[in-house]
This record gives sequence, structure tokens and C-alpha cells, in this order.
Amino acid sequence: MYRSHVLVCGGTGCTSSGSQRIIDRLHKEIDANGLTEEVGVVKTGCFGLCALGPIMIVYPEGTFYSMVQEDDIPEIVSEHLLKGRVVTRLLYDETTKTDKIIPLNETNFYKKQHRVALRNCGVINPENIDEYIGTGGYEALGIVLTEKKPEDVIQILLDSGLRGRGGAGFPTGLKWKFAAQNQADQKYVCCNADEGDPGAFMDRSILEGDPHAVLEAMAIAGYAIGASQGYIYVRAEYPIAVKRLEIAIGQAREYGLLGKNIFDSGFDFDIELRLGAGAFVCGEETALMTSIEGNRGEPRPRPPYPALKGLFQRPTILNNVETYANIPQIIVNGPEWFASMGTEKSKGTKVFALGGKIHNTGLVEIPMGTTLREIVEEIGGGVPNGKKFKAAQTGGPSGGCIPAEHLDVPIDYDNLIAIGSMMGSGGLIIMDEDTCMVDIAKFFLEFTVDESCGKCTPCRIGTRRMLEILDKITKGQATMDDLDKLEELCYHLKENSLCALGQTAPNPVLSTLRYFRDEYIAHIVDKKCPAGVCKALLQYKIDPDKCKGCTLCARTCPADAIIGKVKEVHMINPDKCLKCGACMEKCRFGAIYKE
Amino acid sequence: MAEKKSTVPFSGTKEQEEALLKVINELKDEKGALMPILQKAQDIYGYLPIEVQKIISDETGIPMEKIYGVVTFYSQFTLNPKGKYRISVCLGTACYVKGSGDIYNALMEKLGIVGGECTPDGKFSLDACRCVGACGLAPVMMVNDEVYGRLTVDDIDGILAKYE
Repeated sequence: MYRSHVLVCGGTGCTSSGSQRIIDRLHKEIDANGLTEEVGVVKTGCFGLCALGPIMIVYPEGTFYSMVQEDDIPEIVSEHLLKGRVVTRLLYDETTKTDKIIPLNETNFYKKQHRVALRNCGVINPENIDEYIGTGGYEALGIVLTEKKPEDVIQILLDSGLRGRGGAGFPTGLKWKFAAQNQADQKYVCCNADEGDPGAFMDRSILEGDPHAVLEAMAIAGYAIGASQGYIYVRAEYPIAVKRLEIAIGQAREYGLLGKNIFDSGFDFDIELRLGAGAFVCGEETALMTSIEGNRGEPRPRPPYPALKGLFQRPTILNNVETYANIPQIIVNGPEWFASMGTEKSKGTKVFALGGKIHNTGLVEIPMGTTLREIVEEIGGGVPNGKKFKAAQTGGPSGGCIPAEHLDVPIDYDNLIAIGSMMGSGGLIIMDEDTCMVDIAKFFLEFTVDESCGKCTPCRIGTRRMLEILDKITKGQATMDDLDKLEELCYHLKENSLCALGQTAPNPVLSTLRYFRDEYIAHIVDKKCPAGVCKALLQYKIDPDKCKGCTLCARTCPADAIIGKVKEVHMINPDKCLKCGACMEKCRFGAIYKE
Repeated sequence: MAEKKSTVPFSGTKEQEEALLKVINELKDEKGALMPILQKAQDIYGYLPIEVQKIISDETGIPMEKIYGVVTFYSQFTLNPKGKYRISVCLGTACYVKGSGDIYNALMEKLGIVGGECTPDGKFSLDACRCVGACGLAPVMMVNDEVYGRLTVDDIDGILAKYE
């Protein structure tokens, strides 16, 4: 029995900032101080506050240390663990704003959050099935297999109002109902863990922090629709998640929670892992199934829908990781509990990966209906460096940019679509005044051009033509005619593409055109980039009032574009200037500016 | 895209081939086994040249054109060998808005190669990647499996020097 537990985050963010070295050092120092029998070290999943990693919490006090370095460990062990004195300099500064240390769940980052899908992340050791069982894990599977009929399970999901967390928001219970109705010799349950939206990492964090929740939910799904085989399609770029899933599947088999005759109910269910190979389109359901079958991951036309003909031409359901993570708790706590959270048509919570130009980057889970302003200003701590908020991007390459005027819209599936974006898988990237909206639209089109599978013409060729026009705009070579063509192309792609990748590819362009059309016009008519991003439209200049003639810029310039003598005002030759910005970085007097 | 090392002759060893045959035997009766076989084959050889695809085709009976189609579809499969140190710069959204594009450009300049290429000495190869999921540390790059976060252009020389 330990008197104290030290929880260290072993998510990808904190692992990248060195948490494994911290864990190794902790073990060493704890041994050296003779505390091996008294203090336990647990490697957990993500705490959410990735910006301040590596993160460590000491229980029972709940002391939250942030940005811990390996060299801090001897002090933490000898002061805190041995003598009981908190190392105040390493405390998360939000907890020390008053002279009393406040609990973590009262800090701005955590107090508006409500953790359902993430409930075990940062709490349990994900590599130990006993810890999951200790927090009520596999209870839901037990209830389902021993007390419920398959149709009861589906009814519970329908009553809960749970909608798919992968993006489109289709009611999960309905999906299951369709698959349950179709008769076949074999059915399949698939989990979409091919989190392709660049900037979203909630699925990875759930798999890393609470893998058993997904396995349990998949087994429940198997029972509900009559399937005995499950597949998890996970990105190969997530090595930690893959490893923990392998461990979790092994332990669940050992405990008889996967395999034959689970809970003596006669129900068989097993799960296999399949690794993706870096194709964004494989997040689309039919493409994902084609890929599991061992083919090029190209989408198939629907209908037939996967509920009728999915993987290996058998009835299949495919749900996203976060969707699954909600299900065991819906079973245990009842559908009314889940439906009590959220808005009228979007129940429960949603996890967002908060990133970009914001103080607290990391993972947040909020009840549906929370406003964007609460997320950005309160939980996220606002935009750093005194810059102004410009837009929030949701839904990744399929979504759109939400401007400041819509910050007070309560977030749910339908509201986000109404303002020209979408929920998507939950990436939430904050942009400030230094972000050029045309450049961002171009960035996403580059992504879709790259990731278009090439099967259907509107997407393969349409995205490329759109990118070319956007490229012309950012170089100041476009006309207003081009802008009309761009918009027209958007509608063609939306109507005629085979799958969601092409149908939603124009969204970043349409939403920026809707809210930031003046920026497009500035590029086209005035040949200016208001945010100062598009290099072809920029000019670096020297303010003669501020220049002291120190020659530093001229010596720094790689292109010899700066002329001027010592103690005389310098000038930049625009014909030679490469617009690399090196001079501006080096100038000590702030005399160089761009326009 | 022109790649500088595309003419490197195939130099697979007997051990590598034995390892591959073992993998194929273990997996070939599974449904949809091609992807896992290719992934393991790339682990063994570091890349998937035609010679390796041919072995897989002979052993599994899957036609070459299908194997080649799958290999060229997925960005993680490569027909050319990578450098000893594989650099990938994240150009996901979170990293991009925090300036990873500048990091990528600076690396191309310093290494004298464009993305997708390998330096002539076989030491470094450079690729852009999509989101390694460390968005909290943006901008991020990886050298083999080591992640470097909160980068600025000035950090690059120091990081490259570690591998010289």
C-alpha cells in the first residue's frame, strides 16, 4: 500500500517533452531515498494541458507540477515526497494565483470542463486492466451480456441521443439499428482510429489513456448487432497508441473479456488491429473498409451503406474512438444521464484539441452548448502576445473558419454547420491577426490535393484547379474573374464528388470567402496581404526615423539587398530582396517593417 | 517528383529475405493480409523496391499490379530508400500556423534537397508529415522517432549537428 502516488503523463505530447526520462529518474531517486515501498509511480494518459508538459501530479494532495525537467526530480523527491514540502516553483502558476494553492479543477483550464470520454485519461495506468476495472470498467459489458437483449442496448443508445463524434454527427443508435436488422453469416464492428484531421489528437489521447473503454464499447456493439469480429483501424503514426492497444487486447483476452463465451453468455467477440499507412481518405468509412480489405483505400459509392454491405461485403458498423469511449458510461449511468448534458439536438460532451495561437494548447472536453468564447478566452486563456483573435478553425480540411462575430454561438453539430463550419473530429485551431485567411484556405487545398485519392474527377481535378487559383491570388496575379470561378468550382465539387473528402474540400474556401472576402479582394485588387504573410505581396522597408545605421541588417542579409553606410540610414533594394525576414529579426531598433 | 537515390541498386540480404518469408507465411491466410505484409516488409528492408514486391507477389499469389497500386497509394510506403536519419517536419494545421513552413524551408536550404529527397551521402532524408499529434508543442519535427518541439529556425543547426 503506497502512501503517495506520483502520476506522470505518458501521452505523446509529454513523451515528446521527455516524460519517460522523468519517470526513469523518479524510480532511481525514490529507490535512493528508500521510498520504494511508500511511493508509487504511474504512467498515465493525457492530462490535457499539453502546452505545459511534462506534467506530474502527486496524490493524495493533488499537487500539480508543470514543465518538470529531469533535473528537478531530486528536489521533488527529497523535498515533497520525503519531507512533505511542496516545491512551489514548479507548481502550475494558475493554482498559485492567490496565497492559497487552489485545486486543479478550480483553475480556468479545468473548471468548465466535464470529462466523460476522457474520464480515465490522466487518472489510471492504461497498461493495467485492473486499474480500468477498478474505476468501473467492463461493468457495462457485464450488464449488457447478462441483463439486456441486443434491441435493449440499441434502444438505450437511441434514447441517449449520442451522435457520431467523427464529424458528421449521425445518430449512433440508428446506425446500430440498421446493421442489426440486416441478416448475414458474419457481421463486423469497426473502429475508426485513423485520425487524419491535422491538428486533432483526441482519439489518440483516448487510445493512449483509456484503451479498454474502446474495446469494451466495441464488444457491446458486437453484441447489439450480432457481430463476433472487430477491427480497429489505427494510424501507424501513433506508435504509443498502437502499443497500448496491443497490451489492452492481450490483457482483455487473458481475462476472458474478449474471445469465446464472454461472461458465460455464449457471446464470442474478438478484436484485431489494422495499421493505416498514411492516407487521409481512409478516414472515410468506405475507404477505410477497402483499406482493411488490403486494397488501395478508395471510397465506394453509397448506397449500399456499410450497414448492409460494408467490410468484406458484410453488414458493418464503423464508429469513431470518441463515440465508443462514451458508450460504456451511457450503459452504466443510463441514457437520461447522458441526455441531460448538451443542447436539444446534440447531447453529451465533445472533446476538442485546442491548438494554434492560444495560451493553453491541449485537450479539453466540454458539454455541448458551451460557447466558443468560453473555450478561447476562459479555458484557452486567450490569444498570446497581446494579439487579436481573428478566427477559430474547426473540422480540419472539411471545416471552416469562424470569425469573432460568432464567438458566442453555442457549439453543437447544427450551429456549427449553420455558420459555415462543422464539428469534424474536434480540431480547434485558433488564429490571430497575423494569419492570412487566403493562405489558410490555400494550405487546406494543398492538403486535399495531396490527399485526394484520384478516383473521381471533380475531386481529383477540381481541387487542383482551386489550388491554382488560390496560388494566383496569394501571388497578386489573380483577377476578380478568378474569384468568381473559384466560387463556382466550390459548388461543383460539393455537388459532384464521390465522397465526403471532395464534397467538403471547398469548405475552407467558402467559409473564408463568407467572412473574410475583403482579404481576398485586398490580395486581388490592392495587391496587398493585410496579415503580412503572402511573401510575393510583401515589401520590407526601413523606417528612416528609427534606423541608426548600425549595419547589422546589411551584414545579415543573404542577398546583399541592403545598402547603406555606417551611421547612415539604410535602404532595402526590392529587386534583390528575398523577403526572408532575417533583417527584421536582427534589427535591435525595430526599424524594419513589412507592408 | 525526381528523387536522387532512385537508382540505388537493390542489396537485400539472405537474412532479410528469410524474415520476409516468415512474415508472409504467418499472415497470408488472414483476410486483407496485404497491408500488414507490406508494413512488415518495409520494417525489414526500410523500403519497398520492386524486388521485394516481387517476392510478396510470388508467395501470396497477389498480382504485381495490385501490390504496386497499394504501395504507391499510401504515403508511408516508399519505393526509394530513406536516409539514415529521417527528418519529418509536421505541416499539420497547428504547426503550420505556428511557423513550421519556415522550419521546412530552412531545412531544405540547409540540406540542399527538397522534400521527399535524400542527401547524396544517404545521411538525411526530408519529408513533410501530417500531424504527429504533439500539437501542444507546435511547431514540431521528428528525426527518426525523436520528437523536437517548440522549434524556431535557430534550433535547426543544433539539432542537425547531433546527427553529424
